[in-house]
Amino acid sequence: MTITDFLFFAFAGVTVAAALGVVASRNPVHSALFLVLTFFSCSAIWLMLEAEFLAITLVLVYVGAVMVLFLFVVMMLDINVAKMREGFVSYLPVGILFALLMLGLMVYVVGPVGPDVMGTAALDNAVKHAADYSNTEALGEILYTDYVLAFEIAAIILLVAIIAAISLTLRRRPATKYQTPGKQIKVKRDDRLKIIESDAEVLK
Amino acid sequence: MIGLTSYLTLGAILFAISVAGIFLNRKNIVVLLMCIELMLLAANINFIAFSHYLNDSAGQVFVFFILTVAAAEAAIGLAILVTLFRSRRTIDVEELDALKG
Repeated sequence: MTITDFLFFAFAGVTVAAALGVVASRNPVHSALFLVLTFFSCSAIWLMLEAEFLAITLVLVYVGAVMVLFLFVVMMLDINVAKMREGFVSYLPVGILFALLMLGLMVYVVGPVGPDVMGTAALDNAVKHAADYSNTEALGEILYTDYVLAFEIAAIILLVAIIAAISLTLRRRPATKYQTPGKQIKVKRDDRLKIIESDAEVLK
Repeated sequence: MIGLTSYLTLGAILFAISVAGIFLNRKNIVVLLMCIELMLLAANINFIAFSHYLNDSAGQVFVFFILTVAAAEAAIGLAILVTLFRSRRTIDVEELDALKG
């Protein structure tokens, strides 16, 4: 067993255990934190597959942005945890049955039959890149040439998502006071300032 | 010996776990969204494993786009969840029966 094998099994074990934690946790906050752990160990596995840029992106974008969003929403909502767990036990057999069925089917496809049908046995000699190989550079080279249209569509999807998220959650409360810059600029001195004539008083 | 099959099996296990999660947490939309993220992660593992073993960077570009779409989906899903909670005071799927579907 080489060090690579050991690292793979360690990180794969953490990934699977944390994924089980996501599914089985009683508290949604714990689920979100387990999902963070899943993403971290998964990014380590991506590093072993020499996808360095995506591994870092997974940590920065997913753990840094998406999971923080999840945590904010989970903590903002007042969820009745006990009520949410109703039916967990009654759905447990059918859930495990379907999961095992799908798992068995997929493992059967990639394991025993895969090498014959897909020719994956021939794939198992991946190129190990040299130390000065830049994954980011290789990804950028095809992302900005062959896939530039898809890249721009992705940018538009993100823009639409931003606008949708803001317009869905924005609400104007009638009681809240807002500034109106136009009225602020239009104001004259006489609207605010009143000069009152009065006799001079002599202080003793 | 770690090969393509090991990574594909890991992806399959993650996918099966998230399918089970969707069955088990049918009431809690937040956990359902997390399970969907987990499914996309399983698909991404497969993409990256094939990209590595075929020595073709195109697979990583696809993962890039899946990450983009997943982030957009999570943002909109959570925004809908927040609006839903404001108007109905619950995120229980079984109480969201206004359409009587």
